Formats: sequence, structure tokens, C-alpha cells
Amino acid sequence: MLLFIGSFNLYHTSLPPASTISRMERGAAETYFCPVVRVGNLATVEQDDKDGRITTGNQGQRRPRVALLVTCLVDLMRPSVGFAAVKLLEEAGCDVVVPSQTCCGQPAYNSGNRATARALALQVMDRFSGVDYVVAPSGSCAGMAARHYPELFTHDPNLAVRARAFADKTHELVSFLTDILGVTSVSATFEHTVTYHDSCAGLREMHVKRQPRTLLESVEGLKLVEMKDAEVCCGFGGTFATKYGEISDAIVSEKARNIDSSKADVLLAGDLGCLMNMAGKLSRQGRKMEVRHIAEVLADMTDAPAIAAPEDGSI
Amino acid sequence: MTAPMTSPQFKDNAHRALGDAQLQKALGNVRHAVIERRAAAAAALPEFEALRDQARDIRDHVLQHLDIYLEEYERKVTAAGGHVHFARTGDEACRIITGIARRRGAKSVTKGKSMVSEEIGLNGALERAGVEVIETDLGEYIIQLRGETPSHIIMPAVHLNQEDVEQEFRKRHTHLDAGRNLEDAETLLAEARGILRQKFLAADMGITGANFLVAETGTSIIVTNEGNGDLTQTLPKVHVVVASIEKIAPTLEDAAAIMRVLARSATGQDMSVYTTLSTGPRRPGDVDGPEEYHVVLVDNGRSAMLGTEFQDMLRCIRCGACMNHCPVYHAVGGHAYGWVYPGPMGAVLTPSLMGVDKGGHLPNASTFCGRCEDACPVRIPLPKLMRHWREREFERHLAPVRVRAGLSLWGFFARRPLLYRLGTSIAMRAMGWLGRKRGHFARVPFAGGWTSYRDFPTPQGGTFQAQWKKREKGRQGISR
Repeated sequence: MLLFIGSFNLYHTSLPPASTISRMERGAAETYFCPVVRVGNLATVEQDDKDGRITTGNQGQRRPRVALLVTCLVDLMRPSVGFAAVKLLEEAGCDVVVPSQTCCGQPAYNSGNRATARALALQVMDRFSGVDYVVAPSGSCAGMAARHYPELFTHDPNLAVRARAFADKTHELVSFLTDILGVTSVSATFEHTVTYHDSCAGLREMHVKRQPRTLLESVEGLKLVEMKDAEVCCGFGGTFATKYGEISDAIVSEKARNIDSSKADVLLAGDLGCLMNMAGKLSRQGRKMEVRHIAEVLADMTDAPAIAAPEDGSI
Repeated sequence: MTAPMTSPQFKDNAHRALGDAQLQKALGNVRHAVIERRAAAAAALPEFEALRDQARDIRDHVLQHLDIYLEEYERKVTAAGGHVHFARTGDEACRIITGIARRRGAKSVTKGKSMVSEEIGLNGALERAGVEVIETDLGEYIIQLRGETPSHIIMPAVHLNQEDVEQEFRKRHTHLDAGRNLEDAETLLAEARGILRQKFLAADMGITGANFLVAETGTSIIVTNEGNGDLTQTLPKVHVVVASIEKIAPTLEDAAAIMRVLARSATGQDMSVYTTLSTGPRRPGDVDGPEEYHVVLVDNGRSAMLGTEFQDMLRCIRCGACMNHCPVYHAVGGHAYGWVYPGPMGAVLTPSLMGVDKGGHLPNASTFCGRCEDACPVRIPLPKLMRHWREREFERHLAPVRVRAGLSLWGFFARRPLLYRLGTSIAMRAMGWLGRKRGHFARVPFAGGWTSYRDFPTPQGGTFQAQWKKREKGRQGISR
């Protein structure tokens, strides 16, 4: 137990005080040192000083501090996605910290349990304070913080501003790399024909569409083919998948047909919930399809067996 | 009187729908054609997104000042020689309308498509009063023959295939030549038109709904593609408009602005084929029109939504885009929802009008994919409103005990990070070890809803946070 407490303190004492929270904007001025990732339009750190003026001076050299909201599913089911996210962020010039965390509160929020959702949102906001950005390898969890935390505290003058500020610094991983850090390509090789499913929250709440495709195109050996209805829900929907399993099954079966028709041999997406649903269905149908989180491919970390695939790697 | 309801049996309805091959075939049409047409119509109009904002703002303005506009509308209708009736409930509305029919000695009534008349169970009420009711919209006519309710708010027979219609016509239109050709949509349409034409001419009273009630002029507007609405409202001696109270548009210009997004969102048309305006009964010198003009304004629970978190739902202009874009609607069709309004708009409106204790499944049976909100011409935040129903349901302890217990247990741990990390770390290692060979589980205790249909992937074993802690410790060691 002491170990846990020790590590918890470690993460927190290494963070700068809240007053130094700075803001990054697009537009090139400074170049971060990026050993592997080729960076295009680079970001600048600007900081509001005590008088409210914006300066770029020596603060411009500081690496952006990013807290990884690893998401409960990645934490529990597929840690390799978390390490892939860390690698991508570090190679793009970020200092990554991992505050002690459980869940963003979305399951409670979407089940109508607002009190628990608020408690968990507050827990996240407390533990993720003092960083420049909060980044999640999930459009859904990022969307929860970026779109729904403010909603949870709308009528709370005590927390509304804080929730808004927290929302504004929260990003989905791939769009953070491209839109905020200006990453245009990655150093990775993946000799496969892949198709990409647009997870709903990423697409509609976080506007993730072209960003993953841009980065995938830079992966050596990778051929991207679009499936029919890539933007249509896979039928996961959190607790929906179990509460209305039969309907969820009909929706994911349709998705599986479209994945199959794409002739891709690998399915990628940016949300582990959707991936587990699709991988689970494809596995049950006995289809030969490798299913992975996009971060694994972008970070060149595809050694772990694919989702729902056996230990020996055979699919 | 309201329409009969099977929403509490949503799961059974859905099960039946999923196993109905004929229905599944018909639903294939919704899945693509309408979506593509709407997308093309939206793309062709550079100001489409701005028009959606405008339509939303007009609807919001109306809802904020609904009392004023309703009174203004009533004054204008009365000034034009019409009669306005306010009905608090569906029953009251039915009584008013059957009363008019009785007073006029009406034997037969033609009807244009009207969802609110479905909501209040008007056809049944009229039939019990001895009045023959003839639906004149082709889709409505077909489902009336079959004794069904609409499965979509603008395409009531979308659950049927052409061969189902042919079969029904042969069964019902026995006075026609049995050897006739009914192989395509045109011949089916021609046959229905031939039969309906006689009904139009014989009708004593015509009932239509309204897409808009224009306050500045006292005009009711309907948009149709078949022209049946025009014949319904101009040929009989009495025209009754039945509409819900929120259909107000302040001015003709406002109605026109909303119409620019209505048909585009509904069918991808720039405009519906017919846009029909009626203001009061026939005036001296008019060549046609009814002798009597009535408007029955139905509340039936709507005023209770004003000022609540569900008020935004009253912006709805009944285009059907939300259900056209809904993966759940695509899977189960409209009848599974078990009441008049299916799809995402129904998932919000049904609990609002009938109670969340009866309609509770509907706002839960959504993946919150958000496609409905993206397509809604008046930007109703449908997932958010469905979530609000889940909240009301949770407050009232209506969610199943197992779901509540599971959530509480999860919530307990999620709020205690140390305990959570310890527990999950052990559990994930165990699960990872158990399922490492195959990479997935075919069965997981208490997760039948998942594993009945798909495998559950094996966790990699050991949580990210536990591994991260090790990595950081290692790094610290090196730096020291």
C-alpha cells in the first residue's frame, strides 16, 4: 500500500504549481527535439504572466506537460495502448505524467447517475491539475471531459469555470498530435492493408476524422482502404452493448460485414470500447482479422497479440 | 384516449423485429437512400448550416412566447371565420372532433397524414362514433388496410416491401380484376389513386394535420408529396385541422425559413411537392374550400415540458431525419418502439408524454452515437435529452436492480483509486492468465449480454498503472 501512496506523491510533486499553467497554440516559433517523429507545423508555448501579458521568451523552450488520461479500458484491458500513447507523446516532445486514476465517470453519467458522475469528474479534475494538457487515447473519454464535464457543473458557480478550463485543455490523442503539436508523420512500419472505423464520440464530439488518416498514410508499408459506412456506430455504446445485447449484436454484425467487404486485413480505431466490441464479434464469427488501437500502429508497437487474438499471435 | 402502447415490451418487440426477414429487407432502404439524399441536399446549399441555426432560433423563440402566439393565432383564425378549440388531452381533442362530425352528420371522413391524430387515437374515436375514416396518404392508406400503425413519422409504410403492398391490395380490392398487373410502384399508386378519388368526392369532412400554424395570418400549412392533403381539405364541407400547440410559426417568413430545412432533412428534396396554405373557410366569391374551418389545438402533455430540460424537444418539426440516421432504428424499425413516435425523437417524446415508467426503455436503447443530433435540422440535443430521461429514471429507482447494484459497486471502487488500483491489478492479472492462450473468453459470468453474441477479449494482464509505476521506478533508479 505504501508503494501506491509513494508513487501517487511522486507524480504530483513533479508537477508545476497551478499558477504556471500555460497554453499552447499552433503556429511555429520553437522546435522541440523529436528524435523519431518528424514534426511539421510546430507548437509554441505561450504563457500569461502575472500582468496578463502573453510572453514567449524563455518559456517557449519548455516541453509541454501532458497528463495521460489512460482510460479505464486501456488501463485494465490493454496497457500496450497506454504505452504507445506515451511513446507518441514523448517523441513529439511532451513530458508525460500519469496521475493516479480510475474512470472519467462516463458510465455513471450515461446511466443517469449524475451524483457519481460529478464525484468522478471532480476526482479527475483534482488529480489532473497543474498540467498543460490532458490527453486520452479515446475520443469517448476525451469527449466526456471536453464536452460533458462543463455540462455536469453548469449550475455550480463554484466549479463551472474550472470544468470549462479543464475541458479546454483535454484532447483526444491523435488529433492532439496533429492539431496541437503539428505532427504530420510518424516513423513506423506496418506492412498491412488497414481499414479505420470512426468511433462516434471521436468523430462527432472531438471532430476526429482526417487526423488519423493523415498519420496512417505516413506509416511505411501501410495501405489504407475505407470500409462502407465507416462513420456508422459499431453498436457498442457502453452499457448499451450488454443491456440491449441483441440490438447491439445486429449493429455490430452489420459493421463486421462492412469490415469484411473492405478487404483489409487489419481493423483500426481510436477507442478501445468499440474495438473490443468489433474484435469480439469478428472473433466469434471466426474471421481472420487483426484488430488494434491506432496508437499501437502509429507508435510502431505492434508486437503484442491483437485484440481478442491468442497468445501465439495467430489469428 | 391515446394510441395503444407496447413500449414497456421494447425488448420483445425488438427481438421479433430482428427475426423478421421481410422487415429487415424493407429497413435496408432507410439505411442508405434517404441518408444520401439528405446529405446531397445539405451539401448543395452553402447556407444550410446557417439555416439550421435560424430554424432552431425561430423554434426557440416560439416556445419562449408560446402563449402570446397561440392567442394571436386564435384571433386571426377567428377573424377569418374559423373556429379554434383548445384540447388539454387527447380525449378532449377526440371529443371535439367527433362532436363536429356528429353535428354535421358526417358519415365519411378523409384524412391527410397526421401524427398527432395517431397520438390521440382519433381514427378509433371516429369509428366508434360511426364515422368511416379513410387515410389518403398512400403509405397511411396501405397501413390502414393492414390494420397497422405508422412505423415512421413521414414514411408510415417504410416497414413494407412492394410485394407486401401488392398482396394487400389484391386481398382488399376484390372488386377489381384479379389478373391485373400490380408489379411496380406506378400501378400500385394508380390503383390507390383510383379508389381514393371516389372517397375524396364522397367525404363529408376532411381532417389534416399541420406543419405550421402561422400566428400573423391564422394560416395552417401542410407540406405533402402526393397532393392528397389538398383534396382532403378543399373538397368536403368541413375542414378540421388537428395540430399540437407547439406548431406555431410567428410569421409566414418564419415558416418559409423552416421549410428550407424541413424537406431537405426529411427526404433530401429542396421542397415538398405541395405546400398548402389554408386560412379559414371559403369566403364569398371563392371557387372552392370548406364551409366550416376548425382548428383543434392539442396539448396532451406538451405545456408541462415547457420550462423543463425537455423543452428543446418541442422544437421538433417532424422531419424524421433522426430516425433515418439512427442505427437502432435501422436494426429494429419503428414498431418496436411501441408507440406513435419512433427513433430518437420518440425516445425523448414518448417518456415526456406517457411517463418514463412506461417509455423508459426508449431513451436507454441508444448507443449515444450522436448521428441524430448531427442530422436534426433544429439541432435538438437528442442524446442529451435521452440522458436526462435516464437521470429521471435513476432518481425514481426505475432502473433494474441488477444494473443499479452493478453501478453502485463500480462507483464505490472508482471513487477509491487506491483500492481500485489494487483490486483491478489483481483481477486483470488473473483474467489475463486465464484467457492468455485463446485471447478471448466465450463466456464471462454476469456478462451474458455481451458474451451471448461476441467474445470478450482477454486483458493483457497487469494494469497500465501498475506497469507505469514500475517503469517510473526504473527510470528513477537510473537517474540516481
